[in-house]
Amino acid sequence: MNFLVLLAIVLLIIAGHQLLKIIELSRSLKKTKEWQVSDSDNDFMGKTMLVFMVFFFAFFFWQVNRWIDRSLPPAASEQGVKIDALWDANMYLITFVFLVTNFVLFFFAYKYRGNSKREAVYYPHNNKLEMLWTVVPAVALAFIIIFGLKYWNEIMTPAEEADRVTIELYAKQFDWTARYAGKDGKLGETDFRQISGSNSVGMDTSDVAGFDDILVKNEFHIPVGREIEFHMRSRDVIHSAYMPHFRAQMNCVPGMVTFFKFKPTKTTAEMRKDPYVIQLMEGINKQREKEGKEPVEFDYVLLCNKICGASHYNMQMNIVVDTEAGYKTWLAKQKVVKKVAKK
Amino acid sequence: MATTNTGLETEHLAHHSHVHDEHEESFVSKYIFSMDHKVISRQFLITAVVMAVIAMTMSVIFRMQLAWPGEKFAFVNALLGDKWAKDGILDPNMYLALVTIHGTIMVFFVLTGGLSGTFSNLLIPYQIGARDMASGFLNMLSYWFFFVSAVIMLASCFISDGPASAGWTIYPPLSALPESIPGSKLGMTLWLISMTIFVVSSLLGSLNYIITVVNMRTKGMTMTRLPLSIWAFLITAILGVLSFPVLVSCVLLLIMDRSFNTSFYLSDIYIGGRPLDNVGGSPVLFEHLFWFLGHPEVYIVLLPALGIASEVISTNSRKTIFGYRAMIGSMLAIGFLSFIVWGHHMFMTGMNPFLGSVFVFTTLLIAIPSAVKAFNYITTIWKGNIQYTPAMLFAIGLVSSFITGGVTGIILADSTLDINVHDTYFVIAHFHIVMGLSAIFGMFAGVYHWFPKMFLRMMNKKLGYLHFWLTIICAYGVFFPMHFLGLAGVPRRYYTNSNFPMFDNLVDINEVVTVFAIIGALAQGIFLFNFFYSMFRGEKAPQNPWKANTLEWTTPMAHIHGNWPGELPTVHRWAYDYSKPGKDKDYVPQTVPLEEGEHDGGEH
Repeated sequence: MNFLVLLAIVLLIIAGHQLLKIIELSRSLKKTKEWQVSDSDNDFMGKTMLVFMVFFFAFFFWQVNRWIDRSLPPAASEQGVKIDALWDANMYLITFVFLVTNFVLFFFAYKYRGNSKREAVYYPHNNKLEMLWTVVPAVALAFIIIFGLKYWNEIMTPAEEADRVTIELYAKQFDWTARYAGKDGKLGETDFRQISGSNSVGMDTSDVAGFDDILVKNEFHIPVGREIEFHMRSRDVIHSAYMPHFRAQMNCVPGMVTFFKFKPTKTTAEMRKDPYVIQLMEGINKQREKEGKEPVEFDYVLLCNKICGASHYNMQMNIVVDTEAGYKTWLAKQKVVKKVAKK
Repeated sequence: MATTNTGLETEHLAHHSHVHDEHEESFVSKYIFSMDHKVISRQFLITAVVMAVIAMTMSVIFRMQLAWPGEKFAFVNALLGDKWAKDGILDPNMYLALVTIHGTIMVFFVLTGGLSGTFSNLLIPYQIGARDMASGFLNMLSYWFFFVSAVIMLASCFISDGPASAGWTIYPPLSALPESIPGSKLGMTLWLISMTIFVVSSLLGSLNYIITVVNMRTKGMTMTRLPLSIWAFLITAILGVLSFPVLVSCVLLLIMDRSFNTSFYLSDIYIGGRPLDNVGGSPVLFEHLFWFLGHPEVYIVLLPALGIASEVISTNSRKTIFGYRAMIGSMLAIGFLSFIVWGHHMFMTGMNPFLGSVFVFTTLLIAIPSAVKAFNYITTIWKGNIQYTPAMLFAIGLVSSFITGGVTGIILADSTLDINVHDTYFVIAHFHIVMGLSAIFGMFAGVYHWFPKMFLRMMNKKLGYLHFWLTIICAYGVFFPMHFLGLAGVPRRYYTNSNFPMFDNLVDINEVVTVFAIIGALAQGIFLFNFFYSMFRGEKAPQNPWKANTLEWTTPMAHIHGNWPGELPTVHRWAYDYSKPGKDKDYVPQTVPLEEGEHDGGEH
């Protein structure tokens, strides 16, 4: 068998070699050289440029049509709504620029395809034109910058609300722990040297503020309509707390505490009734059915979005947005840390 | 000719050069430890081609994992062995290693070393009218350091714990702690050594390029008569000299943290069942240092490609480059701004949000000179007489990808919008199109255009056409759908997207991407065949096949030491007198004296 394969390869090489020889011989008989670009080459390539453009744009619209409904659902947080509005405005602008400039480029590539009878114009510069396409992008960018920074400041440095919920997201390879501040509204101090099997987030056992803290894994609840203040920490490497449905993300960096705030606007139950989410879940469940997996319902998630090791792809936690009452009931059922801390 | 041919010496020796040309060199000094810029440029190119094939193969392997997770592929097992691909299923650690090494090789070895190394070496002496680089010896060292670093990087793929796998940006503590990922054991040490040597190579090269351009231009070659390619190489080299040393310091501190128990980047870490002693460092410091190189690096990759495109587009449109001075101005502006934008990689790192605002502002400013460049290219082909050489096709492809990938940069530079797409596939789509595609298209354009100067033979045109069309179709087919993965919130560097339900409906997008990636990779076989076949059996190249103005086409079609057999040519005009009114031919080489009353530099 191996011998036959080897033989076939050798024969193929010989055949290829002979073929090339024929091509080379016939080449020497021709007057024009193979590499010379003829008018018909230019014509063909110029037209192909136009055809390519048509297919390129068709491909673009095909993708938008087919895949845009698989984008994340509309933002489920107050600041996320702002981000979405800014996103849409910018996206329309750049899509317009993308289509127009690519059109002009490929159209010119077609229109001015070479021809030995034509001559190019001599057009070294035009200060007015150049000024025009310096100033117009500059003005457009000024708007982008102004709105971007306005929203950025609002999102990153919001006013503190008195009834905010403080939650710490603690990352380690490869899972998350959420820690609630408890009744006193204060997270207890931490000390990485005190980490142990029974003190997985490294709480400082001498800090009274931490006694009423609550630790949860796999799933954490937040109340709708209240500001959630996240403190992020990491035990080992950099992780990133990514909550795409809320348009929220912040790295968790060992040695420091990072912050992010948002106010959820839709409960999980409300999201599950949202028509967009329903069609999204239909698509997901259709694929799952194909693979013989159980159908699922929509859930908010917290993902790790900074490479953190082998199981980076599988480091997530569910988020449940509850009504105020539901949240309080859930929270009351969770155990406080005190017992752990007393050890 | 003497082996240490500095500018002054060669100037002096020029009159006797025919004597020296007959001097026979040994194979080793002619082709291996050569100090001739033409040989060194070919050495860089061929090394880069080999590295590119390796990195591309890696990408096909991890793309197959993403499209068909858990599927068994015999060839993956054959390539990686039982340890990393048991039964042909890729191991998660190896997935990360492949992603890391793919990025490292493509960014540094192909698009930095390969692009600048090849074309700066080939074109700087040729286009400015110099006999060789300022220091042939340093130039030789530059290649051999590059070679050694490439060998170390490849060797790291064969060690038992696998190569570095913390991503090409190697953020500590992941890269600093061997307990956190197997790739941060010996693999990371080798990566760091390799990169340090790479930087030495890059610095030797860059210093040489700068000195040569500044000091060794031939008579009449003023700075404002330089072809834009040379301007691009010069600015690139300056960026490299200013930014690569920062990478060395960044890497050095990481080496200290890894091997000598310092705490530059480490603090408050508990790993492997024990708290570490390191206190007081910060990984954010690493990110600052890394991206201080990392962002200029983007332009180190991009500017040479843009420079090449300027030459190729102008020559093949038979038209002067539009806005020569504006082009130089934009490149200088891009070069300057590239040093004050690095923070846009760090909006989500916990960096002070106010600092983020400053970087939003500076980053978005870069869009202005970039837009000027794009519009100037388009105006250059307007009312041109476009000659569709394969090089020209790739140059137009470059302009398209530069725009298509550039516009999404406006989104990512906006910190507010970056919150949600940071580190997702939207970013992957953006930088692969704007940096990866544009730079590799520029490199292909350069290879097709200057192949006659490099190997004295012509590449096959029809294969070039086929190569271009397959490449651009597959390139957009691979990277465009990734925007939609990003919109769905898929994070990058995930071994599989099917482990939890959220991304189950994106399977077909991943399949489309991978199918295009496989076809695109196979299509590069056409280029490889054309490249190596034409090198030995292509048609003999004539003196000036593309009817170009620049000086390299006045050198004899033979590789001789000192480039020009007699005196160095004198330059009388800029490089862009194409289709100038009142001339009998549609090009006027730079060596042709100005007629009485004729203006230079596009004034008329």
